[in-house]
Amino acid sequence: MCLTLSQVTKRYDDHTVLDAVGFDVAAGERVALLGHNGAGKSTLMKIILGLVTADGGTVSVHGLAPGSYRARMQTAYLAENASFHPSLTGQEQLRYYLRLRGEDPRKAASLLERVGLGAAANRRIGTYSKGMRQRVGMAQALIGEPKLLILDEPTSGLDPVSRREFYVILDELAAQGTAILLSSHALTEVEARTDRIVILSSGVMVANDTLANLRQKASLPIRLQVSAQRGKADEVAQKLSGERSNGVMVDLVCNSQEKLARLGDISALGPLVDDVDVIPPSLEDIYSHFSKRGNA
Amino acid sequence: MNKVLATAHSEFIIALRNRWVAISVAMMVLFSLVLSAAGSAPTGAVGVDKLSVTVASLTSLAVYLVPLVALLMSFDAIAGEIERGTLSLVLTYPVARGELVLGKFIAHLAILSIAVLAGYGIAAVAAIATDPNALVGIPALFRLFWSSLLLGATFLGIGYGISAFARRPGAAAGLVIGLWLVLIVLYDLGLLAAIVADDGGTFTTHYFPWLLIGNPADAFRIYNLAVSDATAAAAGLTGAANSIPAVHALISMLIWPVIATVLAWQIFRRVTP
Repeated sequence: MCLTLSQVTKRYDDHTVLDAVGFDVAAGERVALLGHNGAGKSTLMKIILGLVTADGGTVSVHGLAPGSYRARMQTAYLAENASFHPSLTGQEQLRYYLRLRGEDPRKAASLLERVGLGAAANRRIGTYSKGMRQRVGMAQALIGEPKLLILDEPTSGLDPVSRREFYVILDELAAQGTAILLSSHALTEVEARTDRIVILSSGVMVANDTLANLRQKASLPIRLQVSAQRGKADEVAQKLSGERSNGVMVDLVCNSQEKLARLGDISALGPLVDDVDVIPPSLEDIYSHFSKRGNA
Repeated sequence: MNKVLATAHSEFIIALRNRWVAISVAMMVLFSLVLSAAGSAPTGAVGVDKLSVTVASLTSLAVYLVPLVALLMSFDAIAGEIERGTLSLVLTYPVARGELVLGKFIAHLAILSIAVLAGYGIAAVAAIATDPNALVGIPALFRLFWSSLLLGATFLGIGYGISAFARRPGAAAGLVIGLWLVLIVLYDLGLLAAIVADDGGTFTTHYFPWLLIGNPADAFRIYNLAVSDATAAAAGLTGAANSIPAVHALISMLIWPVIATVLAWQIFRRVTP
Protein backbone atom coordinates (compact mmCIF):
# COMPACT_ATOMS: atom_id res chain seq x y z
CA MET A 1 0.00 0.00 0.00
CA CYS A 2 1.20 3.48 -0.84
CA LEU A 3 -0.82 5.14 1.83
CA THR A 4 -2.43 3.56 4.88
CA LEU A 5 -4.52 5.45 7.41
CA SER A 6 -5.87 3.82 10.51
CA GLN A 7 -8.01 5.36 13.27
CA VAL A 8 -6.69 8.84 12.48
CA THR A 9 -8.08 11.33 14.99
CA LYS A 10 -7.52 15.05 15.34
CA ARG A 11 -8.98 17.39 17.93
CA TYR A 12 -8.72 21.14 18.26
CA ASP A 13 -9.56 22.07 21.84
CA ASP A 14 -12.69 19.98 22.45
CA HIS A 15 -13.79 20.00 18.81
CA THR A 16 -13.13 16.73 16.95
CA VAL A 17 -12.08 17.43 13.37
CA LEU A 18 -11.28 13.83 12.42
CA ASP A 19 -12.73 10.85 14.19
CA ALA A 20 -11.03 7.47 13.66
CA VAL A 21 -10.64 7.80 9.90
CA GLY A 22 -9.10 4.76 8.20
CA PHE A 23 -8.62 3.84 4.54
CA ASP A 24 -5.79 3.13 2.16
CA VAL A 25 -4.66 3.99 -1.34
CA ALA A 26 -2.80 1.48 -3.49
CA ALA A 27 -0.20 2.21 -6.15
CA GLY A 28 -1.83 3.47 -9.32
CA GLU A 29 -5.17 4.02 -7.60
CA ARG A 30 -7.08 7.29 -7.82
CA VAL A 31 -9.14 7.99 -4.73
CA ALA A 32 -11.47 10.97 -4.38
CA LEU A 33 -11.93 12.51 -0.95
CA LEU A 34 -15.31 14.22 -0.71
CA GLY A 35 -16.94 16.23 2.03
CA HIS A 36 -18.48 19.58 2.87
CA ASN A 37 -16.34 22.55 3.81
CA GLY A 38 -15.03 21.82 7.27
CA ALA A 39 -15.53 18.08 6.94
CA GLY A 40 -11.85 17.57 7.69
CA LYS A 41 -10.48 16.94 4.18
CA SER A 42 -7.69 19.50 4.30
CA THR A 43 -6.72 18.57 7.85
CA LEU A 44 -6.50 14.92 6.82
CA MET A 45 -4.28 15.85 3.88
CA LYS A 46 -2.05 17.97 6.08
CA ILE A 47 -1.67 15.03 8.45
CA ILE A 48 -0.65 12.78 5.55
CA LEU A 49 1.89 15.40 4.49
CA GLY A 50 3.24 15.73 8.02
CA LEU A 51 2.33 19.43 8.27
CA VAL A 52 -0.08 18.69 11.13
CA THR A 53 0.31 15.88 13.66
CA ALA A 54 -2.60 13.59 14.45
CA ASP A 55 -3.75 13.13 18.05
CA GLY A 56 -4.44 9.44 17.51
CA GLY A 57 -4.17 6.64 14.98
CA THR A 58 -1.45 5.84 12.50
CA VAL A 59 -0.52 7.08 9.05
CA SER A 60 2.02 5.33 6.89
CA VAL A 61 3.36 6.54 3.56
CA HIS A 62 5.10 3.55 1.96
CA GLY A 63 5.70 2.25 5.46
CA LEU A 64 7.26 5.55 6.55
CA ALA A 65 6.12 8.12 9.09
CA PRO A 66 4.27 11.05 7.46
CA GLY A 67 6.47 14.11 7.06
CA SER A 68 9.68 12.12 7.54
CA TYR A 69 12.45 13.01 5.12
CA ARG A 70 12.04 9.81 3.09
CA ALA A 71 8.26 10.10 3.02
CA ARG A 72 8.57 13.66 1.72
CA MET A 73 10.97 12.43 -0.97
CA GLN A 74 8.14 10.33 -2.41
CA THR A 75 5.19 12.63 -1.86
CA ALA A 76 4.03 15.59 -3.92
CA TYR A 77 1.34 18.09 -2.95
CA LEU A 78 -0.82 20.59 -4.73
CA ALA A 79 -3.17 22.84 -2.80
CA GLU A 80 -6.21 24.78 -3.87
CA ASN A 81 -5.07 28.23 -5.06
CA ALA A 82 -1.43 27.25 -5.35
CA SER A 83 0.64 30.33 -4.57
CA PHE A 84 4.22 31.22 -5.32
CA HIS A 85 6.41 34.24 -4.90
CA PRO A 86 5.14 36.84 -7.39
CA SER A 87 8.64 38.16 -8.08
CA LEU A 88 9.97 34.89 -9.47
CA THR A 89 9.36 33.65 -13.00
CA GLY A 90 7.70 30.28 -13.52
CA GLN A 91 11.02 28.93 -14.68
CA GLU A 92 12.94 30.21 -11.62
CA GLN A 93 10.31 28.91 -9.23
CA LEU A 94 10.39 25.47 -10.78
CA ARG A 95 14.18 25.37 -10.88
CA TYR A 96 14.13 26.05 -7.15
CA TYR A 97 11.69 23.21 -6.46
CA LEU A 98 13.73 20.85 -8.66
CA ARG A 99 16.86 21.64 -6.68
CA LEU A 100 15.02 21.06 -3.39
CA ARG A 101 14.18 17.57 -4.64
CA GLY A 102 17.76 17.02 -5.76
CA GLU A 103 16.77 16.97 -9.43
CA ASP A 104 18.40 18.66 -12.41
CA PRO A 105 17.02 22.25 -12.59
CA ARG A 106 17.20 22.11 -16.39
CA LYS A 107 14.09 19.92 -16.32
CA ALA A 108 12.06 23.05 -15.51
CA ALA A 109 11.50 23.92 -19.17
CA SER A 110 10.08 20.53 -20.10
CA LEU A 111 7.84 20.43 -17.00
CA LEU A 112 6.40 23.84 -17.83
CA GLU A 113 5.92 22.72 -21.41
CA ARG A 114 4.01 19.70 -20.19
CA VAL A 115 1.48 21.82 -18.28
CA GLY A 116 1.17 24.27 -21.16
CA LEU A 117 3.21 27.12 -19.68
CA GLY A 118 6.16 26.93 -22.05
CA ALA A 119 5.46 30.37 -23.52
CA ALA A 120 5.05 32.05 -20.11
CA ALA A 121 8.07 30.38 -18.49
CA ASN A 122 10.10 33.57 -18.31
CA ARG A 123 7.34 35.83 -17.08
CA ARG A 124 6.96 36.65 -13.41
CA ILE A 125 4.35 34.59 -11.57
CA GLY A 126 2.84 37.88 -10.38
CA THR A 127 1.54 38.38 -13.93
CA TYR A 128 -0.01 34.88 -14.15
CA SER A 129 -3.74 34.18 -14.00
CA LYS A 130 -5.15 31.91 -11.30
CA GLY A 131 -5.31 29.02 -13.76
CA MET A 132 -1.70 29.54 -14.76
CA ARG A 133 -0.59 29.50 -11.14
CA GLN A 134 -2.45 26.26 -10.67
CA ARG A 135 -0.54 24.87 -13.66
CA VAL A 136 2.75 25.86 -12.00
CA GLY A 137 1.47 23.93 -8.99
CA MET A 138 0.77 20.94 -11.19
CA ALA A 139 4.23 21.17 -12.75
CA GLN A 140 5.92 21.14 -9.33
CA ALA A 141 3.82 18.15 -8.29
CA LEU A 142 5.22 16.19 -11.25
CA ILE A 143 8.84 16.62 -10.15
CA GLY A 144 10.68 13.37 -9.57
CA GLU A 145 7.75 11.06 -10.42
CA PRO A 146 6.20 10.99 -6.95
CA LYS A 147 4.82 7.73 -5.59
CA LEU A 148 2.05 9.53 -3.74
CA LEU A 149 0.24 12.60 -4.95
CA ILE A 150 -1.94 14.63 -2.57
CA LEU A 151 -4.20 17.10 -4.36
CA ASP A 152 -6.41 19.44 -2.35
CA GLU A 153 -9.11 20.72 -4.71
CA PRO A 154 -6.57 20.95 -7.51
CA THR A 155 -8.90 22.00 -10.31
CA SER A 156 -10.49 24.99 -8.61
CA GLY A 157 -9.89 28.00 -10.82
CA LEU A 158 -9.24 25.95 -13.94
CA ASP A 159 -11.38 26.31 -17.05
CA PRO A 160 -13.00 23.14 -18.48
CA VAL A 161 -10.27 22.59 -21.09
CA SER A 162 -7.52 22.93 -18.50
CA ARG A 163 -9.37 20.54 -16.24
CA ARG A 164 -9.42 17.92 -18.95
CA GLU A 165 -5.72 18.35 -19.59
CA PHE A 166 -5.12 18.13 -15.87
CA TYR A 167 -6.93 14.80 -15.60
CA VAL A 168 -5.03 13.46 -18.62
CA ILE A 169 -1.77 14.11 -16.77
CA LEU A 170 -3.24 12.52 -13.66
CA ASP A 171 -4.20 9.41 -15.61
CA GLU A 172 -0.67 9.15 -16.97
CA LEU A 173 0.73 9.32 -13.45
CA ALA A 174 -1.68 6.69 -12.19
CA ALA A 175 -0.70 4.48 -15.11
CA GLN A 176 2.92 4.79 -13.96
CA GLY A 177 1.87 3.60 -10.50
CA THR A 178 1.42 6.86 -8.59
CA ALA A 179 -1.17 6.64 -5.84
CA ILE A 180 -3.44 9.68 -6.01
CA LEU A 181 -5.64 11.14 -3.29
CA LEU A 182 -7.62 14.14 -4.43
CA SER A 183 -10.34 16.19 -2.86
CA SER A 184 -12.85 18.09 -4.90
CA HIS A 185 -16.10 20.01 -4.78
CA ALA A 186 -16.84 19.28 -8.43
CA LEU A 187 -18.50 15.93 -7.91
CA THR A 188 -19.38 15.23 -11.54
CA GLU A 189 -15.77 15.77 -12.48
CA VAL A 190 -14.55 13.24 -9.93
CA GLU A 191 -17.19 10.72 -11.01
CA ALA A 192 -15.47 9.53 -14.17
CA ARG A 193 -11.93 10.23 -13.08
CA THR A 194 -11.42 8.26 -9.90
CA ASP A 195 -11.42 4.60 -8.93
CA ARG A 196 -12.80 4.93 -5.44
CA ILE A 197 -14.62 7.47 -3.32
CA VAL A 198 -14.13 8.29 0.35
CA ILE A 199 -16.72 10.58 1.93
CA LEU A 200 -16.02 12.49 5.14
CA SER A 201 -18.85 14.04 7.07
CA SER A 202 -18.00 16.14 10.14
CA GLY A 203 -14.74 14.27 10.51
CA VAL A 204 -16.33 10.82 10.26
CA MET A 205 -15.71 8.56 7.28
CA VAL A 206 -19.19 7.62 6.05
CA ALA A 207 -18.29 5.90 2.79
CA ASN A 208 -15.27 4.23 1.21
CA ASP A 209 -16.08 2.29 -1.95
CA THR A 210 -16.30 2.37 -5.73
CA LEU A 211 -19.02 4.54 -7.17
CA ALA A 212 -20.93 1.49 -8.48
CA ASN A 213 -20.96 -0.12 -5.05
CA LEU A 214 -21.95 3.10 -3.33
CA ARG A 215 -24.80 3.45 -5.79
CA GLN A 216 -25.98 -0.03 -4.95
CA LYS A 217 -25.64 0.44 -1.20
CA ALA A 218 -27.54 3.71 -1.26
CA SER A 219 -30.26 2.06 -3.44
CA LEU A 220 -31.52 5.47 -4.41
CA PRO A 221 -34.50 5.67 -6.80
CA ILE A 222 -33.89 5.85 -10.52
CA ARG A 223 -35.66 8.47 -12.59
CA LEU A 224 -37.21 7.60 -15.94
CA GLN A 225 -37.90 10.63 -18.08
CA VAL A 226 -40.46 9.91 -20.78
CA SER A 227 -41.04 12.32 -23.67
CA ALA A 228 -44.60 11.88 -24.89
CA GLN A 229 -46.00 12.67 -28.34
CA ARG A 230 -47.27 16.22 -28.62
CA GLY A 231 -50.54 16.57 -26.73
CA LYS A 232 -50.36 13.07 -25.28
CA ALA A 233 -48.49 13.87 -22.05
CA ASP A 234 -51.58 13.60 -19.87
CA GLU A 235 -52.54 10.26 -21.36
CA VAL A 236 -49.02 8.89 -20.93
CA ALA A 237 -48.86 10.15 -17.35
CA GLN A 238 -52.17 8.52 -16.54
CA LYS A 239 -51.28 5.17 -18.12
CA LEU A 240 -47.91 5.00 -16.39
CA SER A 241 -49.28 6.56 -13.19
CA GLY A 242 -46.45 9.09 -13.28
CA GLU A 243 -46.26 12.84 -12.94
CA ARG A 244 -46.37 15.23 -15.86
CA SER A 245 -43.52 17.68 -15.43
CA ASN A 246 -44.40 19.91 -18.42
CA GLY A 247 -46.20 19.75 -21.76
CA VAL A 248 -44.34 16.75 -23.12
CA MET A 249 -42.35 15.21 -20.26
CA VAL A 250 -43.49 12.61 -17.77
CA ASP A 251 -41.34 11.69 -14.79
CA LEU A 252 -41.33 8.23 -13.26
CA VAL A 253 -39.44 7.17 -10.17
CA CYS A 254 -38.59 3.55 -9.39
CA ASN A 255 -35.92 1.47 -7.67
CA SER A 256 -33.37 -0.57 -9.56
CA GLN A 257 -35.36 -3.84 -9.37
CA GLU A 258 -38.41 -2.26 -10.95
CA LYS A 259 -36.50 -0.53 -13.70
CA LEU A 260 -36.86 -3.18 -16.46
CA ALA A 261 -40.54 -3.74 -15.77
CA ARG A 262 -41.20 0.00 -15.98
CA LEU A 263 -39.29 0.27 -19.25
CA GLY A 264 -41.51 -2.57 -20.51
CA ASP A 265 -44.60 -0.56 -19.56
CA ILE A 266 -43.25 2.43 -21.43
CA SER A 267 -42.46 0.53 -24.64
CA ALA A 268 -45.94 -1.04 -24.48
CA LEU A 269 -47.36 2.45 -25.04
CA GLY A 270 -45.88 2.35 -28.54
CA PRO A 271 -46.42 5.48 -30.67
CA LEU A 272 -47.56 7.59 -27.68
CA VAL A 273 -43.92 7.78 -26.55
CA ASP A 274 -41.21 9.65 -28.42
CA ASP A 275 -38.19 8.84 -26.27
CA VAL A 276 -37.14 7.73 -22.80
CA ASP A 277 -34.10 8.63 -20.68
CA VAL A 278 -32.92 6.60 -17.71
CA ILE A 279 -31.33 8.88 -15.12
CA PRO A 280 -29.42 6.99 -12.43
CA PRO A 281 -28.85 8.74 -9.09
CA SER A 282 -26.08 11.29 -9.58
CA LEU A 283 -22.98 11.46 -7.46
CA GLU A 284 -24.56 14.49 -5.79
CA ASP A 285 -27.53 12.34 -4.72
CA ILE A 286 -25.28 9.58 -3.45
CA TYR A 287 -23.05 12.10 -1.75
CA SER A 288 -25.92 13.77 0.09
CA HIS A 289 -27.32 10.36 1.02
CA PHE A 290 -24.09 9.32 2.76
CA SER A 291 -23.31 12.77 4.19
CA LYS A 292 -26.74 12.96 5.79
CA ARG A 293 -26.33 9.51 7.25
CA GLY A 294 -23.07 10.67 8.83
CA ASN A 295 -24.75 13.62 10.50
CA ALA A 296 -27.64 11.56 11.86
CA MET B 1 24.07 22.16 1.20
CA ASN B 2 22.69 22.32 -2.34
CA LYS B 3 19.23 22.98 -0.88
CA VAL B 4 20.55 25.80 1.31
CA LEU B 5 22.23 27.39 -1.71
CA ALA B 6 19.12 26.89 -3.84
CA THR B 7 17.08 28.73 -1.18
CA ALA B 8 19.72 31.47 -0.93
CA HIS B 9 19.75 31.89 -4.71
CA SER B 10 15.98 32.13 -4.87
CA GLU B 11 15.86 34.64 -1.99
CA PHE B 12 18.56 36.75 -3.59
CA ILE B 13 16.61 37.00 -6.86
CA ILE B 14 13.50 37.98 -4.90
CA ALA B 15 15.38 40.70 -2.97
CA LEU B 16 16.87 41.98 -6.21
CA ARG B 17 13.44 42.20 -7.87
CA ASN B 18 11.84 43.75 -4.78
CA ARG B 19 14.55 46.45 -4.92
CA TRP B 20 15.80 45.46 -1.46
CA VAL B 21 19.36 45.28 -2.72
CA ALA B 22 19.06 48.73 -4.32
CA ILE B 23 17.35 50.24 -1.27
CA SER B 24 19.90 48.96 1.25
CA VAL B 25 22.86 49.99 -0.91
CA ALA B 26 21.36 53.43 -1.52
CA MET B 27 20.69 53.91 2.21
CA MET B 28 24.22 52.97 3.25
CA VAL B 29 25.90 55.00 0.49
CA LEU B 30 23.79 58.08 1.12
CA PHE B 31 24.38 58.13 4.87
CA SER B 32 28.09 57.36 4.46
CA LEU B 33 28.52 60.25 2.05
CA VAL B 34 26.74 62.64 4.37
CA LEU B 35 28.91 61.47 7.27
CA SER B 36 32.17 61.81 5.35
CA ALA B 37 31.22 65.32 4.31
CA ALA B 38 30.28 66.28 7.86
CA GLY B 39 33.26 64.42 9.35
CA SER B 40 35.85 66.36 7.39
CA ALA B 41 35.69 69.32 9.74
CA PRO B 42 37.36 67.92 12.91
CA THR B 43 40.44 66.54 11.12
CA GLY B 44 43.68 67.93 12.45
CA ALA B 45 42.05 69.10 15.64
CA VAL B 46 41.89 65.51 16.91
CA GLY B 47 45.28 64.70 15.45
CA VAL B 48 44.43 61.40 13.85
CA ASP B 49 44.13 60.42 10.21
CA LYS B 50 40.94 61.17 8.36
CA LEU B 51 39.91 57.56 7.77
CA SER B 52 40.00 56.78 11.51
CA VAL B 53 37.69 59.69 12.12
CA THR B 54 35.45 58.46 9.35
CA VAL B 55 35.43 54.99 10.94
CA ALA B 56 34.33 56.50 14.25
CA SER B 57 31.48 58.31 12.51
CA LEU B 58 30.57 55.23 10.49
CA THR B 59 30.40 53.21 13.70
CA SER B 60 27.73 55.49 15.11
CA LEU B 61 25.90 55.26 11.79
CA ALA B 62 26.15 51.49 11.53
CA VAL B 63 24.73 51.00 15.03
CA TYR B 64 21.45 52.47 13.80
CA LEU B 65 21.39 51.52 10.16
CA VAL B 66 22.72 47.96 10.02
CA PRO B 67 20.19 46.54 12.51
CA LEU B 68 17.41 48.48 10.77
CA VAL B 69 18.27 47.14 7.30
CA ALA B 70 18.67 43.61 8.70
CA LEU B 71 15.29 43.73 10.46
CA LEU B 72 13.55 45.19 7.42
CA MET B 73 14.86 42.36 5.26
CA SER B 74 14.05 39.58 7.71
CA PHE B 75 10.67 40.44 9.22
CA ASP B 76 8.79 39.13 6.18
CA ALA B 77 10.91 35.99 5.75
CA ILE B 78 8.56 33.52 7.45
CA ALA B 79 5.39 35.54 8.14
CA GLY B 80 5.26 36.55 4.47
CA GLU B 81 5.47 32.94 3.35
CA ILE B 82 2.71 31.96 5.77
CA GLU B 83 0.48 34.75 4.47
CA ARG B 84 1.15 34.02 0.80
CA GLY B 85 0.56 30.32 1.45
CA THR B 86 3.92 29.32 0.03
CA LEU B 87 5.24 27.91 3.29
CA SER B 88 3.00 24.84 3.48
CA LEU B 89 4.06 23.75 0.00
CA VAL B 90 7.78 24.16 0.58
CA LEU B 91 7.51 22.29 3.89
CA THR B 92 6.19 19.23 2.03
CA TYR B 93 9.53 19.14 0.18
CA PRO B 94 12.39 17.06 1.52
CA VAL B 95 14.13 20.07 3.04
CA ALA B 96 14.74 20.79 6.72
CA ARG B 97 13.42 23.99 8.26
CA GLY B 98 16.95 24.79 9.37
CA GLU B 99 18.08 24.61 5.75
CA LEU B 100 15.38 27.08 4.71
CA VAL B 101 16.32 29.57 7.41
CA LEU B 102 20.02 29.17 6.62
CA GLY B 103 19.37 29.77 2.92
CA LYS B 104 17.48 32.98 3.62
CA PHE B 105 20.15 34.03 6.10
CA ILE B 106 22.95 33.60 3.54
CA ALA B 107 21.07 35.62 0.91
CA HIS B 108 20.20 38.45 3.29
CA LEU B 109 23.70 38.57 4.75
CA ALA B 110 25.11 38.75 1.22
CA ILE B 111 22.87 41.73 0.44
CA LEU B 112 23.89 43.37 3.70
CA SER B 113 27.58 42.92 2.87
CA ILE B 114 27.08 44.50 -0.54
CA ALA B 115 25.34 47.48 1.06
CA VAL B 116 27.92 47.87 3.83
CA LEU B 117 30.80 47.44 1.40
CA ALA B 118 29.37 50.08 -0.91
CA GLY B 119 28.73 52.54 1.92
CA TYR B 120 32.05 52.12 3.73
CA GLY B 121 33.92 51.88 0.43
CA ILE B 122 32.71 55.27 -0.71
CA ALA B 123 33.48 56.82 2.66
CA ALA B 124 36.98 55.30 2.55
CA VAL B 125 37.62 56.55 -0.97
CA ALA B 126 36.51 60.04 0.07
CA ALA B 127 38.83 59.98 3.11
CA ILE B 128 41.86 58.62 1.27
CA ALA B 129 41.42 61.04 -1.61
CA THR B 130 41.70 64.06 0.68
CA ASP B 131 44.21 62.78 3.27
CA PRO B 132 47.32 60.78 2.24
CA ASN B 133 47.71 59.57 5.84
CA ALA B 134 44.29 57.96 5.76
CA LEU B 135 45.71 54.54 4.81
CA VAL B 136 46.64 54.15 8.48
CA GLY B 137 42.96 53.70 9.21
CA ILE B 138 42.44 50.76 6.81
CA PRO B 139 42.61 48.05 9.52
CA ALA B 140 39.99 49.93 11.55
CA LEU B 141 37.76 50.09 8.48
CA PHE B 142 38.19 46.39 7.83
CA ARG B 143 37.30 45.65 11.46
CA LEU B 144 34.24 47.83 11.13
CA PHE B 145 33.21 45.86 8.03
CA TRP B 146 33.25 42.39 9.52
CA SER B 147 31.86 43.50 12.86
CA SER B 148 28.99 45.18 11.00
CA LEU B 149 28.22 41.85 9.39
CA LEU B 150 28.17 40.18 12.82
CA LEU B 151 25.80 42.88 14.04
CA GLY B 152 23.64 42.41 10.93
CA ALA B 153 23.65 38.63 11.38
CA THR B 154 22.34 39.05 14.93
CA PHE B 155 19.46 41.21 13.80
CA LEU B 156 18.66 38.99 10.84
CA GLY B 157 18.29 36.10 13.29
CA ILE B 158 16.14 38.21 15.62
CA GLY B 159 14.03 39.25 12.62
CA TYR B 160 13.41 35.63 11.58
CA GLY B 161 12.47 34.73 15.13
CA ILE B 162 9.95 37.57 15.29
CA SER B 163 8.66 36.70 11.83
CA ALA B 164 7.99 33.09 12.85
CA PHE B 165 6.52 34.15 16.17
CA ALA B 166 4.19 36.83 14.77
CA ARG B 167 3.02 34.73 11.78
CA ARG B 168 1.59 37.87 10.09
CA PRO B 169 3.80 40.35 8.21
CA GLY B 170 1.96 43.35 9.67
CA ALA B 171 2.44 42.21 13.24
CA ALA B 172 6.04 41.21 12.53
CA ALA B 173 6.80 44.66 11.07
CA GLY B 174 5.40 46.36 14.16
CA LEU B 175 7.38 44.10 16.48
CA VAL B 176 10.72 44.59 14.71
CA ILE B 177 10.37 48.38 14.67
CA GLY B 178 9.47 48.30 18.36
CA LEU B 179 12.43 46.07 19.11
CA TRP B 180 14.78 48.29 17.12
CA LEU B 181 13.58 51.29 19.07
CA VAL B 182 14.05 49.54 22.41
CA LEU B 183 17.41 47.86 21.76
CA ILE B 184 19.07 50.63 19.76
CA VAL B 185 17.58 53.86 21.03
CA LEU B 186 15.85 53.46 24.40
CA TYR B 187 18.22 50.89 25.90
CA ASP B 188 21.10 53.37 26.19
CA LEU B 189 18.85 56.09 27.49
CA GLY B 190 17.54 53.72 30.14
CA LEU B 191 21.04 52.78 31.23
CA LEU B 192 22.04 56.43 31.32
CA ALA B 193 19.08 57.27 33.51
CA ALA B 194 19.96 54.38 35.82
CA ILE B 195 23.56 55.56 36.15
CA VAL B 196 22.49 59.06 36.98
CA ALA B 197 20.07 57.76 39.60
CA ASP B 198 22.66 55.33 40.99
CA ASP B 199 25.32 58.04 41.28
CA GLY B 200 28.37 55.74 41.20
CA GLY B 201 26.90 52.93 43.30
CA THR B 202 27.01 49.15 42.76
CA PHE B 203 24.84 49.35 39.66
CA THR B 204 27.38 51.52 37.86
CA THR B 205 30.39 49.48 38.88
CA HIS B 206 28.98 45.91 38.74
CA TYR B 207 25.94 45.57 36.50
CA PHE B 208 26.26 48.41 34.05
CA PRO B 209 29.26 47.03 32.05
CA TRP B 210 27.53 43.67 31.62
CA LEU B 211 24.26 45.26 30.61
CA LEU B 212 26.13 47.32 28.08
CA ILE B 213 27.98 44.49 26.37
CA GLY B 214 24.92 42.29 26.69
CA ASN B 215 23.26 44.46 24.06
CA PRO B 216 24.67 43.47 20.65
CA ALA B 217 24.51 47.03 19.34
CA ASP B 218 26.43 48.45 22.31
CA ALA B 219 28.96 45.63 22.12
CA PHE B 220 29.52 46.56 18.49
CA ARG B 221 30.02 50.22 19.34
CA ILE B 222 32.33 49.52 22.27
CA TYR B 223 34.45 47.09 20.29
CA ASN B 224 34.97 49.39 17.33
CA LEU B 225 35.60 52.52 19.35
CA ALA B 226 37.72 50.87 22.04
CA VAL B 227 40.22 49.51 19.57
CA SER B 228 40.40 52.64 17.44
CA ASP B 229 42.14 55.87 18.37
CA ALA B 230 39.03 57.83 17.86
CA THR B 231 37.36 57.04 21.17
CA ALA B 232 37.64 60.68 22.05
CA ALA B 233 35.16 61.39 19.28
CA ALA B 234 32.61 59.11 20.85
CA ALA B 235 30.01 60.58 23.07
CA GLY B 236 27.68 59.50 25.81
CA LEU B 237 27.63 56.02 27.23
CA THR B 238 30.48 54.65 25.19
CA GLY B 239 32.79 57.16 26.76
CA ALA B 240 31.61 55.97 30.15
CA ALA B 241 32.23 52.36 29.14
CA ASN B 242 35.91 52.88 28.42
CA SER B 243 36.85 50.45 31.13
CA ILE B 244 35.23 47.47 29.39
CA PRO B 245 37.84 45.26 27.70
CA ALA B 246 37.36 45.04 23.95
CA VAL B 247 37.61 41.25 24.05
CA HIS B 248 34.43 41.04 26.14
CA ALA B 249 32.60 43.06 23.54
CA LEU B 250 34.02 40.82 20.83
CA ILE B 251 32.77 37.70 22.58
CA SER B 252 29.31 39.25 22.90
CA MET B 253 29.35 40.08 19.18
CA LEU B 254 30.33 36.53 18.27
CA ILE B 255 27.79 34.83 20.53
CA TRP B 256 24.78 36.95 19.56
CA PRO B 257 24.39 35.80 15.95
CA VAL B 258 24.46 32.17 17.11
CA ILE B 259 21.89 32.74 19.86
CA ALA B 260 19.58 34.73 17.56
CA THR B 261 19.71 32.24 14.69
CA VAL B 262 19.25 29.17 16.88
CA LEU B 263 16.34 30.88 18.63
CA ALA B 264 14.76 31.76 15.26
CA TRP B 265 15.15 28.16 14.11
CA GLN B 266 13.56 26.87 17.33
CA ILE B 267 10.56 29.19 16.99
CA PHE B 268 10.23 28.31 13.28
CA ARG B 269 10.23 24.59 14.13
CA ARG B 270 7.02 25.09 16.10
CA VAL B 271 5.20 26.88 13.29
CA THR B 272 2.30 24.95 11.76
CA PRO B 273 1.56 26.37 8.33
